[in-house]
Amino acid sequence: MNPILTLADVTRVHGAGAAEVHALRGVTVTASQGELVAVMGPSGSGKSTLLNLAGGLDTPSTGDVVVDGTSLVRLSQSRRAALRRTSVGYVFQSFNLIPALTAAENVALPLELDGWKRGRARDAALVALDEVGLTSAADRYPDDMSGGQQQRVAIARAIVGQRRLILADEPTGALDTATGEEVLKLLRARVDAGAAGLLVTHDPRHAAWADRVVFLRDGLVVDESGRARGPEDLLDAEAAR
Amino acid sequence: MSVRHALLALLEQGPMYGYQLRTEFEGRTGSTWPLNIGQVYTTLARLERDGMIEAASGDSEADEDGSKRRYAITTDGRVEVATWFDEPVGRGEPPRDELAIKLAIAVTIPGVDVASLVQRQRTATMNALHDYTRLKRGAATDEPADLAWSLVLDSLIFNAEAEIRWLDHCEARLARRSSAPTRSTVAEEAAR
Ligand SMILES: Nc1ncnc2c1ncn2[C@@H]1O[C@H](COP(=O)(O)OP(=O)(O)O)[C@@H](O)[C@H]1O
Ligand SMILES: [Mg+2]
Repeated sequence: MNPILTLADVTRVHGAGAAEVHALRGVTVTASQGELVAVMGPSGSGKSTLLNLAGGLDTPSTGDVVVDGTSLVRLSQSRRAALRRTSVGYVFQSFNLIPALTAAENVALPLELDGWKRGRARDAALVALDEVGLTSAADRYPDDMSGGQQQRVAIARAIVGQRRLILADEPTGALDTATGEEVLKLLRARVDAGAAGLLVTHDPRHAAWADRVVFLRDGLVVDESGRARGPEDLLDAEAAR
Repeated sequence: MSVRHALLALLEQGPMYGYQLRTEFEGRTGSTWPLNIGQVYTTLARLERDGMIEAASGDSEADEDGSKRRYAITTDGRVEVATWFDEPVGRGEPPRDELAIKLAIAVTIPGVDVASLVQRQRTATMNALHDYTRLKRGAATDEPADLAWSLVLDSLIFNAEAEIRWLDHCEARLARRSSAPTRSTVAEEAAR
């Protein structure tokens, strides 16, 4: 398998001296092409820190972060920002859409920041909106949309272009169960189409959509479900029907 | 018990052979609770003894184990089915829950690593939830039989989810307790 994301023995210490917080204390996580990995753990266990390191929004105190074959820790600030824009898509709990922009403009924004021509960026945005089933809402503003629709726009923005790593921090937290399930379906479909995904969630039913679940506790991986379970296990489960 | 009532309810649709009843039961529940054919005939024998069912007319030449007979529901049987559907399933005596029992014993016995026990269980239940979720994604829902099976899957999914949430809750309570003075230290101090 082809790892798109590797976090190798990463630590992250926030603050210094008496105020020092060891948010991560030596964590190794990989996500390969076609693989959706869920991260679960009590609040304060380091989930968001892990996701921020994976996306290059933060740098580890020690250890390495490799995205698409490139080590983020050795990149300059600007090269890291560039890689983030082209390879990494984020979905947050609060959808973080810009109210003054339409759905299509929100989705096209990361491409335009990356230097794409406006027309080409819009075309790519429409493709992404189509993928999340929102073609007809392209010219509507976030305020005119339901929470579920806004989150779909946020997902379109995360997958637009050829982003291969999708990072989602509690993307279903503010949504009802059925709408949350729709969001999971979209993430799953995109990952199945060749991306890798890291999903932070509190909801066991949503984590069950992932191929593996990593359990964090106090900055350490304490267990992992779905590990070393091949297609045979699934066949067994099918046969049990 | 539920198998007895389920078979009786299926017979309301018309007379059936024992093996047919088994096929119908398993089809509607996705073979989640497989029945062996011996169990089906034992249940049918008890239902017949209790006057809930009888040999279907024209099927009188009964063999020893009843496998060549079709069974038909009686009036008493119909009343029994109606009552079953009318009354909620009792929660008066909770069914034995092995995990709850195990945890209750574990927290009272010194030296048991309860935190690891909870984590291992959570991982195992998460794996089961993952498998149910995959099956659910594959289950079409328009056909009545698929709908029935899909609802059974939902029940398994909700139960697994509830178990994981309960384990999270146990873990949080245990963490709070371990930061408070433990019962044994309190006891030791009292003994001094
Ligand atoms: N910028 C920061 N400065 C200081 N401490 C932080 C910072 N970010 C996170 N932390 C601390 O690091 C730990 C892990 O936080 P976080 O990764 O947000 O956990 P989670 O997402 O699992 O709730 C917590 O104790 C948190 O208070
Ligand atoms: Mg967080």
